[in-house]
Amino acid sequence: MSDNPLRDAIAEAIKDNKVILFMKGTPEQPMCGFSARAAGALQETGVAFAAVDILPDPRIRQELSAISNWPTTPQLFIDGELVGGSDIVLEMFESGELHEALGLDRPAAAPEAPAVPQATPAQPAPLGIENNLS
Amino acid sequence: MPTPEELKQRIEAAIPGAVAEVESPDNVHFSAVVRATAFDGVSRIQQHRMVYDAFEPGELGGAVHALQLKTEVP
Repeated sequence: MSDNPLRDAIAEAIKDNKVILFMKGTPEQPMCGFSARAAGALQETGVAFAAVDILPDPRIRQELSAISNWPTTPQLFIDGELVGGSDIVLEMFESGELHEALGLDRPAAAPEAPAVPQATPAQPAPLGIENNLS
Repeated sequence: MPTPEELKQRIEAAIPGAVAEVESPDNVHFSAVVRATAFDGVSRIQQHRMVYDAFEPGELGGAVHALQLKTEVP
């Protein structure tokens, strides 16, 4: 543990969750169009993913960017690696690469990017980190 | 507030040989298409980081509220 518990908690969450999206708002209630599109693409793949709302505390975003060397949100991590922000996630979704990165079969037809994220019922339980962070 | 023309010049200065098209309806939200041979063989995430290097720390998400970015190898 370092003397930066918030950074440690974020790094831990990235390590502990195979697929984790840091976003503004939640997948059900995104607070920014870029976050909405990234969450929507992930939901469209059907994969279970963890989501962390960065809005409750500006330090979350600071520490996240310090870890990832990526200035903006959303940020998607798969297997502990930064995949990218919404533009990259959407490009990968449309090309089928996102499915591949998630360990899914590529869709037979090129998927249409969801204009509006759909509400999905079964999200994983909220992260412990959310409670630590807010 | 930066203008699209300013950002275009900064991106092209940051990445040798790059050609950038930058648009903005309000000088706060931007979209850019950047083509550069320097992107060849570079991962998409590194390509985006090369473009982000044209910005001051804190500028993205600050004065430049949003930058929708597409990078391409010409």
